[in-house]
Amino acid sequence: SEQPNSLTMSVYGPVVKIHPVVLASIGDSYERRNEGASRVIGTLLGTIDKHSVEVTNCFSVPHNESEDEVAVDMEFAKNMYDLHKRVSPSEVIVGWYATGFEITEHSVLIHEYYSREATNPIHLTMDTALQSGKMNIRAYVSAQMGVPGKTVGVMFTPLSVKYKYYDTERIGVDLLQRTRDAPNTTNGLTSDLCQVGGAAGRVQDMLATVLTYIEDVLSGKQMADNSVGRYLMDLVNKVPKITAEDFETMLNSNINDLLMVTYLSNLTQAQIALNEKIVVL
Amino acid sequence: MATRKETPSTPTAPMASTSPGATLDSPVKQIQIEGLVVLKMIKHYQEEGQGSEVVQGVLLGLVVEDRLEITNCFPFPQHTEDDADFDEVQYQMEMMRSLRHVNIDHLHVGWYQSTYYGSFVSRALLDSQFSYQHAIEESVVLIYDPIKTAQGSLSLKAYRLTPKLMEICKEKDFSAEGLKKAMIGFEHMFEEVPIVIKNSHLINVLMWELEEKCTVADKHELLNLSSSNHLEKSLQLLMDRVDDMSQDIVKYNTYSRNLSKQQQQKHQYIQRRQQENAQRQTRGETPLPEEDVSKMFKPPQPPPRMDTLLIAGQINNYCQNVKEFTSQNLGKLFMAEALQGHNS
Repeated sequence: SEQPNSLTMSVYGPVVKIHPVVLASIGDSYERRNEGASRVIGTLLGTIDKHSVEVTNCFSVPHNESEDEVAVDMEFAKNMYDLHKRVSPSEVIVGWYATGFEITEHSVLIHEYYSREATNPIHLTMDTALQSGKMNIRAYVSAQMGVPGKTVGVMFTPLSVKYKYYDTERIGVDLLQRTRDAPNTTNGLTSDLCQVGGAAGRVQDMLATVLTYIEDVLSGKQMADNSVGRYLMDLVNKVPKITAEDFETMLNSNINDLLMVTYLSNLTQAQIALNEKIVVL
Repeated sequence: MATRKETPSTPTAPMASTSPGATLDSPVKQIQIEGLVVLKMIKHYQEEGQGSEVVQGVLLGLVVEDRLEITNCFPFPQHTEDDADFDEVQYQMEMMRSLRHVNIDHLHVGWYQSTYYGSFVSRALLDSQFSYQHAIEESVVLIYDPIKTAQGSLSLKAYRLTPKLMEICKEKDFSAEGLKKAMIGFEHMFEEVPIVIKNSHLINVLMWELEEKCTVADKHELLNLSSSNHLEKSLQLLMDRVDDMSQDIVKYNTYSRNLSKQQQQKHQYIQRRQQENAQRQTRGETPLPEEDVSKMFKPPQPPPRMDTLLIAGQINNYCQNVKEFTSQNLGKLFMAEALQGHNS
């Protein structure tokens, strides 16, 4: 079988990295699909490097699909891509997505179209109808198969999917995770000290888990695992050993800095409020 | 315009009414954002914003009763010099038309902007938000602070202009008398609207899947003890603003001194005239003609007060941010002390 033609590599390394914004976008387009459409398709944008493809953005493309034919609004796709390129010039088309569980014959046609836009496009499927109880996010590349010259077919080979987050994205996703616990209610953003309290609470939970594990090992309920033991040693050693006086001085100087800054900002605020009252007089 | 109930605010009150939601008279009492919008904003800044540049975009959604629901957004390209013929309005129109094809809400409900250490109170923001709010009554501006978010928790705030400020902007009367009449202080410029995040059920399912799939080790940036870098930058910005403010105050002082000097001169002139006229009458001569005093002593131009107001608002914002930051850090320091206490 022929190898797919590509500039940077012959076959993609088996990793596709997806950002959460892409998945949320796909879910949203699925919810807004037209009446009668069983699935939605769209373009994936991202960057390609030697060993992986990183998908960072996407947009949905209107299409019509029936038993025997499929029509994709290619003008629209081109237009949208141009608009997106204005904002992020480094993003290129890396493939396309479709919701649903299976790869149909129509998918082959659509994939061909995308092969003209990008070298070796990725096909991403997300089962929004949850047919198997899970979302089953999968990615594929197409490869030719069959006897050259006679019957040629296309095979979709799966790739492994990883999720990649920027730091700030992860924090955003953490916040969004909270909505899933109470699906019908909504979630406000917490205020400063609550956040610190929340983070401390999480660390406490993790420590509690570790403690129960240790107690189980000590009482013989669980087998001791050496690597875990080594991690625990590292953990305990991470708390720096500082003499009490040094720590006191460090703590006090830090607290003094913070208190001074608080005092200054309060002073400044009082000052501008006064200034305003005087001017208005 | 709806009249807004005046709540007495202390100098340390945040840049909003004291209890957002209870005393807001505006048409929008709450903002409901979908998770997708949050993720898109984060991504936009992460990829296209460097350092102190701001990234901006448009918010789309709809208004339901007294809630503003934001369901989607799209970013605006940066202003580049080599793209002189770039038509922003056209970009916006095309984007909204295309989004309508895929059934995304195409109603403009506001805009978002990223900020650098909280410095967003500027003339540009005021003008933009005024034009938005003038056209669409319920629009808001979402301020996303990426640096605070990177420190541990999402920092997203929604602001609208108060009705009083809208009035003033409409009449373009930024003089001291105009502002005095409207009794606007820097605390009454913007009102903050509470934000709530809501996800559809499908997205909730997605969240469960993501949680399961990725065992992302929890990095606790929020519990990071180092504070000096952030404090330094915030204080530097604060100092710059305070310098601007003091310059403004000096200008105002010179103006009022000039004004009072001029008044004195006017009085003296009038008195001298009267004296001379009285003398002439006693001598039997015709009195000197009354001259137009106001034309001779033209009053100096009063300096515009709008900039002062903006600077004061900005200083207030910086101070608030600094105080939040220090309170968090104090908490963390005490926790560290407790940890050491157990050890030693």
